[in-house]
Amino acid sequence: MQWINAIVQGVLVGGLYALFAAGLSLIFGVMRLVNIAHGDLIVLAAFLALVVMQTLGLGALESLVVVIPLMALLGYVLQRGLLNLTLGSDILPPLLVTFGLSVIIQNGLLQVFTADSRRLNAGALEVATFNLAGIDIGVLPLVMFLAAVAVIGVLQFIFYRTALGRAFRATSDDADVARMMGLDNRHIFGLAMALSLAVVAIAGVFLAVRTNFDPASGPARLIFGFEAVIIGGLGNLWGTLAGGVILGVTQAIGAQINPGWQLLAGHLVFLLVLAFRPTGLFPRIAG
Amino acid sequence: MPEPILAVTELDAFYGDFQALFAVSVAVEPGEVLAMIGANGAGKSTFLKAVAGVIPAKREAIRFRGESIGGLSADRILKRGIALVPEGRRLFPSLSVEENLMIGGQLGRKGRWSLETVYALFPVLGERRNQASTSLSGGQQQMCAIGRALMANPDFILFDEISLGLAPVIIKDIYAALPGIVAGGAGAVIVEQDITRALSVATRVVCLQEGRVSLQGRPADLDRAAISAAYFGT
Ligand SMILES: Nc1ncnc2c1ncn2[C@@H]1O[C@H](COP(=O)(O)OP(=O)(O)O)[C@@H](O)[C@H]1O
Ligand SMILES: [Mg+2]
Repeated sequence: MQWINAIVQGVLVGGLYALFAAGLSLIFGVMRLVNIAHGDLIVLAAFLALVVMQTLGLGALESLVVVIPLMALLGYVLQRGLLNLTLGSDILPPLLVTFGLSVIIQNGLLQVFTADSRRLNAGALEVATFNLAGIDIGVLPLVMFLAAVAVIGVLQFIFYRTALGRAFRATSDDADVARMMGLDNRHIFGLAMALSLAVVAIAGVFLAVRTNFDPASGPARLIFGFEAVIIGGLGNLWGTLAGGVILGVTQAIGAQINPGWQLLAGHLVFLLVLAFRPTGLFPRIAG
Repeated sequence: MPEPILAVTELDAFYGDFQALFAVSVAVEPGEVLAMIGANGAGKSTFLKAVAGVIPAKREAIRFRGESIGGLSADRILKRGIALVPEGRRLFPSLSVEENLMIGGQLGRKGRWSLETVYALFPVLGERRNQASTSLSGGQQQMCAIGRALMANPDFILFDEISLGLAPVIIKDIYAALPGIVAGGAGAVIVEQDITRALSVATRVVCLQEGRVSLQGRPADLDRAAISAAYFGT
């Protein structure tokens, strides 16, 4: 029972990892940009939610109504004003610039919010549980998991069923020809980053109601997101969800064996996948 | 004489330090089909890319409908009504046939080209609309690339190597479609290796040689020896 319980909790946490990963995967898919600041942007969204809750008196989940559009706007501006300038045949400049951005966000948050760790209060939802066949399931983790499934489903829909998604895929295939077809790739990349940071906003708020966070919490989230993307297979959104779940379950099993092994177990699975299936467990199917 | 719809004046083009075009001047009048010929590396693709905004040009060097458009970005130039069918087709591999066409049409310029009219022109594309564009044969890919450009309802269309690598029957099909394509718009430039074919469809011929115009005129006024000299530089 203990084991089944651990696995169920791992699956639910995996949804959160998939949320960390989805925005990362999307940006890499559209513009081959590895956003090192992704985790710090998640934490930034969490702090933004904190401010919104305090100033507007909203609940944690309600704050998303404000935080999602703000993060999306930030994404668009960041892409047009900075990241677009770094894109080219060389993959090093965007890596360096997003690394710098990561440092800047962390230090900025430290200045404004100090190093104290915080948590967003989600009220009764936080402790609500129900019992399913002898397993206690937290309502909040379940909501998070369902949100992750919904987010991935929406992203999948946008990517494969809408004009915007078509533009993302065309620009990713061949930016020069896309430009000739009237698609301004700078704008398309801006929209992709906006979408990515909209997902980051959701990830940030869920992270912040689940655990304590502080200005230095970002890099670990980047690692989890990155591991979920690689395990699931680059460019496959449902694979990313599966990658998050595998990571969550492995960590839960590791922790069950020995509490100190939680993160180690996750890293090991990641390394094994990288070594034996470098394209991930669910690589994108052609066509 | 009517005012040219496309007037290119002393166009220079560069790839880094390498100069690929030297003071190329060409004019196309409304309704004309200009054939551009010349040996490999003469600068034909470079000329089309400059007109389409894929590579930089001086603002005044290219005028379309009386407005200077040289150096505008490719998306702006398409909005003005000039579309390019690039050399090598360059379809989007992760998009289906129909999605490739829809990308061409998303600017929303009005005109007679739509999915239906493109499928009427090239029925095989309609039969394969949901297939990956990479599953098409070379000729079908060329049709898809032409259809994609038409979907933008351009007034003026540039075809690079329109028949390269295609079977003769397909070339015939595409050329048979050409008058219909041009009739709806204001003009076209085609780059064609096959000189006989170029002369038969074009109202005017320009020959490039090492980045310079070596001959220009109406097909009827040009004799074979002059073309051959302009082409090979003998
Ligand atoms: N992307 C490029 N970078 C550098 N040089 C190029 C590039 N494209 C073409 N060139 C050079 O420019 C000249 C003209 O090429 P191009 O316009 O492609 O000729 P054509 O289409 O007539 O065969 C050639 O010498 C070619 O090597
Ligand atoms: Mg060429």
